[in-house]
Amino acid sequence: MAQESAIHLSGVTKRYPGVVANKDVEFDVGVGEVHAVVGENGAGKSTLMKIIYGMVRPDEGIIRIRGKEVHFRSPKDAIDAGIGMVHQHFMLADNFTVLENIILGSEPMNGVQIDFQTASDRIKELGEKYGLRLDPGTRVETLSVGERQRVEIIKVLYRGAQILILDEPTAVLVPQEVDDLFDSIRELKAEGETVIFISHKLDEVLTIADSITVMRAGETVGTTTPDQIDAGQLAEMMIGSELPTPETRTSTVQDEVVLEVVELSLQSEDDRDLLSDISFTIHKGEIVGIAGVEGNGQAPLVDSLVGLEATATGEVHLAGEDVTNDEAKDRRAAGIGLIPEDRQRQGLLLPSPLWENAALGHQNGPPYAKGPWIDKKGARAQTEEIIRRFAVKAPGPDVPATALSGGNQQKLVVGREVMANPKVLIAAQPTRGIDIGAQAAVWEELKAARQAGMGVLLISADLDELIGLSDTIHVLFEGELVAELDPAEVTPEILGSHMTGAKTEAES
Amino acid sequence: MRGGKFLTSVVAPVIALAISFLIASVVLRLVDIDPLTAYQEMWTFGTTTESLISMVNRAVPLFVSALAVGIGFKMGLFNIGVEGAYLLAALVAAYIGALYSIPAVLHVLSILLIAMVVGAAWNGIAGWLKVKRGVHEVISTIMLNFIAFSLSAYLFLNYFQEDTGGLIVATALIPETGWLPSFNPVLGWFGIEPRVGSELHGFLLIAIVLGVLYHYLVNRSRFGYDLRASGINAPAARASGVNPKRMIMTTMLISGGIAGLVGMSTLLGFSHRYVQDFPTGLGFTGIAVALLGRNNPVGMAFGALLFGFLDRSSLILDLKDVPREIVTIFQGVVVLAVVIVYEVISRLVQRQTVAAAAKATVEETEAVAS
Amino acid sequence: MMTMAQRLSEFPRRNLYILLALGGVLTLTVAALVVGTDFLTSPATAGAALVLAVPILLAGLGGLYSERAGVVNIGLEGMMIAGTWFAAWGSWQFGPWYGVLLGAAGGAAFGLLHALATVTFNVDHIVSGVAINILGLGAMRFLSSITYNSETGGSVVQSPPVEGIGEFSVPFLAGGEFFGRQTSDILGWLDEQNWFFISDLAGILGGFLGDVNWLILLGLALVPFTAWLLWRTAWGLRLRSCGEDPWAAESLGVSVLRMKYFAVVISGALAGLGGAFLVLVQAGIYREGMTAGRGFIGLGTLIFGNWLPAGVLGGAFVFGFGDSLRFSGPDVVRAFILAIAIALIIVAIYSVTRQSTRRAIISGSIGAGVLVFYMLVDDVPGQLLTATPYLITLLVLAAASQRLRMPAADGARYVKGEAH
Repeated sequence: MAQESAIHLSGVTKRYPGVVANKDVEFDVGVGEVHAVVGENGAGKSTLMKIIYGMVRPDEGIIRIRGKEVHFRSPKDAIDAGIGMVHQHFMLADNFTVLENIILGSEPMNGVQIDFQTASDRIKELGEKYGLRLDPGTRVETLSVGERQRVEIIKVLYRGAQILILDEPTAVLVPQEVDDLFDSIRELKAEGETVIFISHKLDEVLTIADSITVMRAGETVGTTTPDQIDAGQLAEMMIGSELPTPETRTSTVQDEVVLEVVELSLQSEDDRDLLSDISFTIHKGEIVGIAGVEGNGQAPLVDSLVGLEATATGEVHLAGEDVTNDEAKDRRAAGIGLIPEDRQRQGLLLPSPLWENAALGHQNGPPYAKGPWIDKKGARAQTEEIIRRFAVKAPGPDVPATALSGGNQQKLVVGREVMANPKVLIAAQPTRGIDIGAQAAVWEELKAARQAGMGVLLISADLDELIGLSDTIHVLFEGELVAELDPAEVTPEILGSHMTGAKTEAES
Repeated sequence: MRGGKFLTSVVAPVIALAISFLIASVVLRLVDIDPLTAYQEMWTFGTTTESLISMVNRAVPLFVSALAVGIGFKMGLFNIGVEGAYLLAALVAAYIGALYSIPAVLHVLSILLIAMVVGAAWNGIAGWLKVKRGVHEVISTIMLNFIAFSLSAYLFLNYFQEDTGGLIVATALIPETGWLPSFNPVLGWFGIEPRVGSELHGFLLIAIVLGVLYHYLVNRSRFGYDLRASGINAPAARASGVNPKRMIMTTMLISGGIAGLVGMSTLLGFSHRYVQDFPTGLGFTGIAVALLGRNNPVGMAFGALLFGFLDRSSLILDLKDVPREIVTIFQGVVVLAVVIVYEVISRLVQRQTVAAAAKATVEETEAVAS
Repeated sequence: MMTMAQRLSEFPRRNLYILLALGGVLTLTVAALVVGTDFLTSPATAGAALVLAVPILLAGLGGLYSERAGVVNIGLEGMMIAGTWFAAWGSWQFGPWYGVLLGAAGGAAFGLLHALATVTFNVDHIVSGVAINILGLGAMRFLSSITYNSETGGSVVQSPPVEGIGEFSVPFLAGGEFFGRQTSDILGWLDEQNWFFISDLAGILGGFLGDVNWLILLGLALVPFTAWLLWRTAWGLRLRSCGEDPWAAESLGVSVLRMKYFAVVISGALAGLGGAFLVLVQAGIYREGMTAGRGFIGLGTLIFGNWLPAGVLGGAFVFGFGDSLRFSGPDVVRAFILAIAIALIIVAIYSVTRQSTRRAIISGSIGAGVLVFYMLVDDVPGQLLTATPYLITLLVLAAASQRLRMPAADGARYVKGEAH
């Protein structure tokens, strides 16, 4: 006799202008189950979860929570129904304490005032119960990524959630932190909680989940269990075709050094070490990969190399020339290209036409500028060339950048940087958040650039991308380069332990 | 979205004007005045030759003020300090300009230069404070305005005043070599003969030149590219090589330099001395004109002419028992209306473009999959 | 063995503030002694400083509510202007306390406009604030033209004289009445004794407790009330969350848009109240331009006060004191300048012990410069004195701007449902 499901969705559809995010979705999660939802970017997983959490109303379909039909109008309704969501991008106020973040919206009252003591006790209690220990009085700003995730989880448990939705929880964790998280999930399950786990990391899913639902292009492709399927078959269900794999090939690394970094160090305003004595070289025709958990110095490293950090110490030599004291404008002109990790924040002028975007970073010389003036004709011609060569899907160089999809925007950025023929190209998270087609295109372009003799610094959180593309891999941990590894011999496990500093501790 | 530019630059202000007219009409009705009669009176009076000349004369300083504010707005810098800068600049330029006499063109140019330097220096203080100490320019420029009022009063009353012992409190008269000729002879070529006393100030030509220079600087030059990029997306501009501190300082200096010229039309073409009731408020109205004209020289010109027309034609209202201040309400409402309408239309255009992009992606991925 | 600096940093906050205030009084005492004036620390000067501080305090608190909810409110000046006009009109038509109510209401109305533009239409906060200021000026002028213009004593730029709010003094301490009987004036007596520091302290306190009115007390009471409201109640926590991370707040069911509206309208009401104070306590009349930038100075105290109620209070007093200088004699002004020089030099010495050499050099050299200015100048001309509050605001901001922490999402563009 079938037990009442914790969550049951039937015929759920959601349309947005131009796209059907969820189409006739069938979704069933048993009580006390750890249920994974897998699918590629844009498969509709996030929309589905937003519907369950009440952030979005479906156009069609029925939602049942523990057998009862529900119509959520806002997250508050979902919270009241016992559903809690831990978002992929944490929703925590940095300036607030752990306690303030947790009780917001559900404050325990003592008359007219907030009962801080009760709240504090409850948080500590929950922490003990589920192995998620936290000090309620610390400011969130000072917490690590793993600790912040704990706050998010306690946040939902505090509100009595019986169904937890975890959206890409391991995206920012290293293997050891993932293990800790999985222990907590098992603990939760033992206490009777239902857990929905969204991911595209198939190995992890197979480890922790009781059942797996696969989504593709807005539809549910099927539901299965780990003992019935393996990673390769899961991937095929997700993508419907072959996985693009970064492949090994013959080395194009030359002898000439194109970037030499010597003891680069940087401190933050409150004297924290952001970078400590970073030293490495990039040769012509080499892709050097930097692995590391986000927040270990990647952004300061990129900013320092581009010339945005005036207080950095150490030396930077570009093709033999000392650019240490040059500011960003001169370094870019000298031949440092940049594909920023957040293209919308650092790489594009969204309301501006494509030709002005193509000029960004190169606006001080031909083909984009002539003397003190901008050369609109030259810029448009160059942009048309970029559009053609890099298969950017755009009607022309005059449309605003917002008219392009994420993948096409990234292709434009990659294109303009490559065509400027830099000596060194810094590629930070170059395939983050773009569709598979664009991802493959970017990989091809990076390989072509390497072939042409460019040096590439590849900073990525995607371990497979790093291993597949790099000729050498360095690991960045707490602002230091702690290991230099050969991609041919390394595995995600070795990388992961360096990324958490575990290996170095063991060695010392 | 095609036509998006048109919608935001032209349609938005027009809608805002319509809304403001509506509100002004409602207000007039509330005090038992027929709006249509009032508008008619204003139009009849405002379109005489003398009125039109007055309109242009009033518009010119507003236009220059708007240019000064607009160049700051383009990079997200709010220079509210045009007011203090132009008054101080006019005072100093009037005093120094009266101390010597050299051939006409040089004299005029030197006075303009002095005014620009004073204006640039005064606003430059705010720029320096922002760059070095992180003080937000809105507050610093406003504080500097008040300090400028005090400082100019002090200098004027204690040092720069001409000791005539007469009733007029003013600086010494600038010699005729420092006067800008009136434009009336040019009007004469077109058969326009205004009444005596109605002179079209020669500074108009300089203002037009300024407008053209503004356009080329902001829209065609590399500096203008960096300026606009800084306003659209500051982190991206930084990553592309723009030095933000240098950008802020330069922009404030340019803005202040232009601000210094706001009082020059009056000084060189009309009063030829700094008087105690030298026109004030042009700095603030310039902000309104800049917002109305969306920081674009053509738009700002129209905005300035509109405000000039309203100021002039409202004079008749005193004689017709209509509170002249209906115009100030209109001007206030139109500023707020134009920023709101602009946002709404902007967002609509944006949503359309993004939707079109989303549609394109779906087609694209379907193409890849098939 | 702890250093002085270490011990200082462990002091509870409140005690530190009291210590600082006492230190300020001590500095003033010394300066007054050197210059040889009684008036720097007299009840008259302190009373004047208090009256001048309150409108700034109210504007600053108004800014606090708004910015803690994430909306930058440059339009405080316009809201204050509306407050002055409506307070005068209300008092003229109905009576002084109606003036207070209407003044607050007038400010709140403009606050509503600002909220509409920024929260609903997502106009840039600063642009909207500037527009509100322009509209406020224009609208009040129009209203004057249809009301005051035709009255005796009135014109387009000012109202006829209006009735203000009555004053009283605290009994026993400052010579007020107690059940109809005149009581002692202990603080006044102490002030006259000329005992070093004690008389000065008594003089200042006497100024704060004598000849006050309910509006002053209301303004002062709002400071601890605001601190309690925003940091100890659920409503306050939610309001602050809108200014720190509105998306997090939204995901937890907080109605962010509604809270922002509330905050901005309250902000306008407080600024309007400040304007009402200007009319009903200080001037007794509405005059165009009487706010003279106090809305902006209030914003300055907010920034300098690190977006905290106590900070706003401290800042308001500093500026109020500076503002009162233009009514004092040249000796008082000189003493004040000397006091600033002494304070800066003390900061320099303290910085040396804390090893912040840069701060030591800067404050030391400025202090030395001020000292030189003091020694060279005998009488600061009147026109320059009027610039004092603005100069002080500018200097304080220049000194403090970089070490402050504003609400993380202040001025951020928030659209409901737009995930982060």
